[in-house]
Amino acid sequence: MSNILEDLSYTKDHEWIRVSGDSATVGITDHAQNQLGDVVYVELPRVGDKFDLSESFGSVESVKAVSEIYMPIAGTVTQVNEALNESPEKVNEDPYGTGWMIVIKMDDPSQVDSLLSAIEYEDYIKSEGAE
Amino acid sequence: MRYIPNSPEERESMLKSLALTDINDLFQRIPENLRLNDAIGIGQPMSEPDLIAHFRHLASQNAADFQSFLGAGAYSHFIPVIIDSLISRSEFFTAYTPYQPELSQGTLQYIFEFQTMVCQLTGMEVANASLYDASTGVAEAVLMAQRVTRRNKIIIAGSVHPQYREVVKTYTRNLDTVVEILPFTEAGTVDLNALKIDKETAAVVIQSPNFFGCIEDLASLADAAHQSGALLVACFSEAQSLGALKSPGACGADIVVGEGQSFGIPLSYGGPYCGLFATLDKYIRQMPGRLVGETKDDKGNRGYVLTLSTREQHIRREKATSNICTNQGLFALMATIYLATTGRKGVQEVARQNLQKAHYAASAIGQLPGYSIKFSAPFFNEFVVQTPRPAKDILKNLIDRKIVGGLALDTYYPEMTNSMLVCVTETTRRPAIDQLVDSLASEAEIQQPVLENPE
Repeated sequence: MSNILEDLSYTKDHEWIRVSGDSATVGITDHAQNQLGDVVYVELPRVGDKFDLSESFGSVESVKAVSEIYMPIAGTVTQVNEALNESPEKVNEDPYGTGWMIVIKMDDPSQVDSLLSAIEYEDYIKSEGAE
Repeated sequence: MRYIPNSPEERESMLKSLALTDINDLFQRIPENLRLNDAIGIGQPMSEPDLIAHFRHLASQNAADFQSFLGAGAYSHFIPVIIDSLISRSEFFTAYTPYQPELSQGTLQYIFEFQTMVCQLTGMEVANASLYDASTGVAEAVLMAQRVTRRNKIIIAGSVHPQYREVVKTYTRNLDTVVEILPFTEAGTVDLNALKIDKETAAVVIQSPNFFGCIEDLASLADAAHQSGALLVACFSEAQSLGALKSPGACGADIVVGEGQSFGIPLSYGGPYCGLFATLDKYIRQMPGRLVGETKDDKGNRGYVLTLSTREQHIRREKATSNICTNQGLFALMATIYLATTGRKGVQEVARQNLQKAHYAASAIGQLPGYSIKFSAPFFNEFVVQTPRPAKDILKNLIDRKIVGGLALDTYYPEMTNSMLVCVTETTRRPAIDQLVDSLASEAEIQQPVLENPE
């Protein structure tokens, strides 16, 4: 069973977001890293890049596939987890911790309200699995 | 014999189903002035015997019995006969590109061997499965350096092949790339004092041996580039020089790119050729093209796989690092067979012969009255001769003696009217060199007419 943290918000594209003031940290979920398998490369944006809601900000490449990663919320990148360049396996080992990807300054923090809660996300991946 | 497999009736029926009456209606979207309205100038149809006679006639006009001293990016080298025999095997000859790669173990194995030998020659950690040629390779290296450093200024040496520089300009014309030219000194190599690398510089691009045949100080340039966080892109047009010189990798290059034509690929009027591309392991994700890896299957048998092609056009076109990485695999195969049959010692021996014969020729030409060797920097198998009269005139006269004496440099460097680039390889025999020297001597004695245009 995938690990789903209660204090985070989620997207149907399997990103998580941890809000702190008007900033937010973004990564991919434990379920997503399980599905992808061993992550071998993470392509990340630059600090200062601006993205709209649902716009692709990078990609995760595993031994199986390459997947786009999408913005859960519109905003500007303020930090990038450069450690993933050297150690992309952190995404597998600790997706909610050292495997974080970017920190953004949110354009409109109220967008968080439309994201999935932990319970909703759990239901969502169950229903996806059932299909 | 029918060359168009559908009959007029079939074509009419197809047009009818599209509600069209004329085949030209299909091309209405193409503006009138861009359409080919004249016949293609290849003449009338011919019978097979006439066609053979026609091509025999064309072939007879080749300057087969001329002595050539032309290099400048395309080199005459001995080609072992085994190459043609092996590449003619239908498994190699008819295959285009391994889209179902694991079924093509033979193709993958030779690409793996090609990559391995390119790494050994260049002193780099990883090489791709080849690119089109050196010029597009240099342009790809420039784009890659920008991806790695996230900077957009490129300093490219004025002694890099002028055509390679043109291709770089074409590739970057509509990007933010700033291209600066680094001048060269009277010695024939780049002016290190003029090198101004700043925090915007993605790469310094240098060729060694350079377009004038001179050997550049790659290590100093690598140090200078690295101090400012820029990459050194080292290129070459004469791959045989790798058999004699310290490898670009050992000099600190970050990306090595070059022309593989010298390894068993015929001159073919200037192409198609084989681009070599190698870099350091840490930049592998930003490398254009594809890479073959060696692995084991579940029974422990050795096998080859097409790996790291996730950024290639046939998988994710919009994310591709390059859209021309469908390489000309047969040319990579030719280079692989050449290197495998020539071997480490053979490549060194070929390089030694090039070096010695070229230096013999340069020494003899340099002693002629009116002539001198223009640049003082060490050279491999090409050198620039300073001529007493415009080089174009001298070269034109040499043609009458069945000698292609070299390249008049004012074609690319307008100020160098009295300079020509001469190339000597292992295929040049000593009598041919002596004949060139004699011919140049007699050309020095021809007096210029006092009035060229008495009007």
